[in-house]
Amino acid sequence: MTPHAEFLALMAGVLAILIVASIAGAILHRRFNADGMNATIENLNARIVAWWAMVGLLGLALLAGRIGVLILFAVLSFAALREFLTLTEKRRGDHWALAAGFFVILPVQYILIGMDWYGLYSIFIPVYGFLFLPILAVLRGDTDAFLNRVAETQWGLMICVFAASHVPALLTLRIEGYEGKSILLIAFLVFTVQFSDVMQYIWGKLCGRRKIAPGLSPSKTWEGFIGGTLTASLAGAGLWWLTPFTPLQAFLMALVVTQLGFFGGLVMSAIKRDKGVKDWGHLIAGHGGFIDRLDSVVFSAPIFFHLTRYFWSAV
Amino acid sequence: MPGTLSWQAGRNDKKTGSAVIHSLLVWLVGECIALFARLITAVRAIWDGIEPVPHQRVYFANHTSNGDFVLIWTVLPPAMRSRTRPVAAADYWLTSGLRKFIGQAVFRAVLIDRNPETRTMDPITQMVEALDTGASLILFPEGTRNTTQASLLPFKSGLFHLATARPDVDLVPVWISNLNHVMPKGETVPVPLICTVGFGVPVHIEPDEPKEAFLERAQTALLALAPAKDTAP
Repeated sequence: MTPHAEFLALMAGVLAILIVASIAGAILHRRFNADGMNATIENLNARIVAWWAMVGLLGLALLAGRIGVLILFAVLSFAALREFLTLTEKRRGDHWALAAGFFVILPVQYILIGMDWYGLYSIFIPVYGFLFLPILAVLRGDTDAFLNRVAETQWGLMICVFAASHVPALLTLRIEGYEGKSILLIAFLVFTVQFSDVMQYIWGKLCGRRKIAPGLSPSKTWEGFIGGTLTASLAGAGLWWLTPFTPLQAFLMALVVTQLGFFGGLVMSAIKRDKGVKDWGHLIAGHGGFIDRLDSVVFSAPIFFHLTRYFWSAV
Repeated sequence: MPGTLSWQAGRNDKKTGSAVIHSLLVWLVGECIALFARLITAVRAIWDGIEPVPHQRVYFANHTSNGDFVLIWTVLPPAMRSRTRPVAAADYWLTSGLRKFIGQAVFRAVLIDRNPETRTMDPITQMVEALDTGASLILFPEGTRNTTQASLLPFKSGLFHLATARPDVDLVPVWISNLNHVMPKGETVPVPLICTVGFGVPVHIEPDEPKEAFLERAQTALLALAPAKDTAP
């Protein structure tokens, strides 16, 4: 499959942003961090390096097409679920249910998407997982904190597998006049949401004063939120040519997904607070864990999928 | 023949050829086990009292799962891994061909007989002999896997006797967190969850220190490394 010209144009733009960011990071490092003691600049540069790796991986997966995207997101779901269930309440009696979540539910969900079986993949975890996993847990006979345990396991599967799998599910949409291009919808969604995260960080660092949720996340400010989501929504409008949307529609879609991304970040922060951790993991230098980087995409993907499907898709 | 170039030996001597294949296989199996451990646990080492440098040490750890020493072994840098030998139960590791290969060839475990009535070799003597060849050891002083609600079982006296026999060797406490949820006793399928391995400040035996006082001190040093959630009642 030859890559679409639109995809290559977007990648060129992303590479340009990364190069500018890397140069800016290097200049900041030389001017203000010669001794390596400035934690903010150290973290910024670690984040930029990790971005190169993440862009490279996603770019390769998108180039590889349907299978590449399915495998990448199945692996991301696995890593995210591993982080999530590390923090949830569990006992010996949950062992079968947890193992089934990783080794049955997760692969089956992605296989169903690969088979294009909308009627089943859109209810598999919310219905079948929801009913059968508690049965697996109850068979082991331990009733201590039972409701907490099954609820937290189900929540992890909904967020890390069900919601995340709606990114590759975009490939199953058939849109008139947009045949064979649905991979660009993924590029649009992921770029807009992640760009919003980055712009929120930059706006917040530059002029963030008023905290939105001081008890939840000290780094989230009104200035960062409004500046970040608006900038990213305007960028989304500017990328209308990637999508089946008009520029105004692209702006509104970008606005929806960036708002969802922001609030998704807040929800996941609340869970981290509740469980007493700062980051979900440690595998992505500068960013934390996989969920720290994916939370906004995960919250926006299902809504973006259903809006696009309802208003634009033929099936 | 001494002085023979190794490539010549490899060409002329069939035994050397199969030895090369054997050591490649040992290396490959070891790497596969470490990769699998990382895939399931994304294990992270916390060096909080010693540096990851190849000094001779006795690592003593809490024991909740059969995978415990695999996890310690996985986070050790390769130069340390090749000199570190777990102390393990012969009755488990000699029962099948695969276990024998993994236990003896890959991990080069110091296999001890846990039954005082049948054993022909004293476990402490075996461990001291291994130390005297320059190896580091991984030891589980609780003696058996802990399946109780307590954070740690009372230590057996092995650590004390080893410390008395070789008082200069660093005894490093190592806390393994979360592996009991990944692979509880009796389960066959591991659940992927993130684990950590914390290394603490080495303990040494004081001159004339009584057994109980030393073991108490070693247990306290190990428990001090445990995250709060591991010791909560």
